[in-house]
Amino acid sequence: MSWKPSSLIATLKARADLNAQVREFFSEKKVLEVETPLLMEHGVTDRYMKSMRVDGVFKVKGFLQTSPEFAMKRLLAAGSGSIYQICKAFRLDESGTRHNPEFSMLEWYRVGFSHWKLMDETFELLAGILGKRTRVNYSYQDAFEYYLHINPYQITLEELKSKSERLLGELPDDLERDDYLSLLFEDQIEPNLGLENTITYITDFPASQSALATIDPDNPKVAQRFEVYIEGFELANGFNELQDAEEQLARFEADNIWRKENNLEEIVIDQHFIGALKSGLPNCAGIALGMDRLLMIKLGLEDISQVLAFPINTN
Amino acid sequence: MGTISTNELRNGIKIMLDGEPCSVVDNQFVRPGKGQAFSKTKVLYLLTGRTVEKTFKSGESIETADIMDTSMEYLYTDGEFWYFMDSDTFEQVSADSKAVGDNAKYLIEQDKCHVMLWNENPIQITPPNFVVLEVTDTDPGLKGDTSGGGSKAATMHTGAVVRVPLFVNIGDKLKIDTRTNEYVSRA
Repeated sequence: MSWKPSSLIATLKARADLNAQVREFFSEKKVLEVETPLLMEHGVTDRYMKSMRVDGVFKVKGFLQTSPEFAMKRLLAAGSGSIYQICKAFRLDESGTRHNPEFSMLEWYRVGFSHWKLMDETFELLAGILGKRTRVNYSYQDAFEYYLHINPYQITLEELKSKSERLLGELPDDLERDDYLSLLFEDQIEPNLGLENTITYITDFPASQSALATIDPDNPKVAQRFEVYIEGFELANGFNELQDAEEQLARFEADNIWRKENNLEEIVIDQHFIGALKSGLPNCAGIALGMDRLLMIKLGLEDISQVLAFPINTN
Repeated sequence: MGTISTNELRNGIKIMLDGEPCSVVDNQFVRPGKGQAFSKTKVLYLLTGRTVEKTFKSGESIETADIMDTSMEYLYTDGEFWYFMDSDTFEQVSADSKAVGDNAKYLIEQDKCHVMLWNENPIQITPPNFVVLEVTDTDPGLKGDTSGGGSKAATMHTGAVVRVPLFVNIGDKLKIDTRTNEYVSRA
């Protein structure tokens, strides 16, 4: 193994330029740059996200943050106004050509924005970085109808299973509806998105995939959430932020019940975050964007290790 | 028998699926949507040679296959089995026609072959990249034609049939690339 960086020095310079461009973009818009801790006392309850544990700092244990979301929302609740952050995020066991367990994230929140307005701003940022691009919008349902000729809400589980197996080969036999949809999306739709100088938005995700997004009051089957795709890459995920503390707490508790049933560690719920929501999170939309992937797209590189000085498998 | 997590799957790692040893030829970590993560793999079933796309849940544990890659000297065949020997331990193994397959026509006594063992039994024999074979049958050579423009079929002493230049004669020893079944040069 070599001690040398796995990326070219020119790539590191391109990253520095990219960071500078992002900072200039937000500075002009008077969005405040903030820093929040990477190491905190609480992890996330997400069913499929694994936080890295750190012992010896807090009374019980600490966690490297999988995203700066909770801390940034505490700032928003405290009256920070619109904020952004470029930071590292950590996710255990996420490693591959598009994943490194430690990665760079750009996360920003816009007070008073709907997620639609945030999509406009995201387009402005990305077109500024990548050059002239055309914007394409698909709802989750439209994308499935266009690329796979199925309606993701109406297709039966049996049809979904047989279609998935036909297209993807052998699959685990205890998958749920959202698993099949996600695998089909990743394998059959995602590679087609954001090609030919476009930036593609997928909007109106099923309510069952809402994460920390609000549900559309006019259409309860969809969440007010969007994803951004360029060159077949998922680049960013944004939503209208859930403000309802009770609803948020209920989702966390449901996660923990599911965790217990599936023999996973229950995660102590971050009461500071719930407290912030209770005191009042301003109406806002937020987005997390993978900076390593953005750099890969900008430079036309295929493997995340080409944009990291020292990726996990070599450091 | 050991187990391995999908997070440790790398190309070339051998695992057991449906009671058959397999080699991982591709593994991609995906975490689509905000849901659970998967390992999308391609696996080669080593006994049947078929390649299958298979998706595992990320973190799932999979039984590993006891596969050993060894270099052994080819000794002889009795028509039913092909015998190989480890030159360090002098231990011998016998490979059946399923393991040897089409490669029988490249096996030359004393050549070092690559022998893949599963639970200590040979399941795949790979000859050296280049072997020297003797021509036992081919149409008469065309005198004077050394342009190399044309070719003809030649049968080797092992049964291999190779396209060779027109100047090759019966009794010639030829260097053959076993990966492509192509003539390289006179030996």
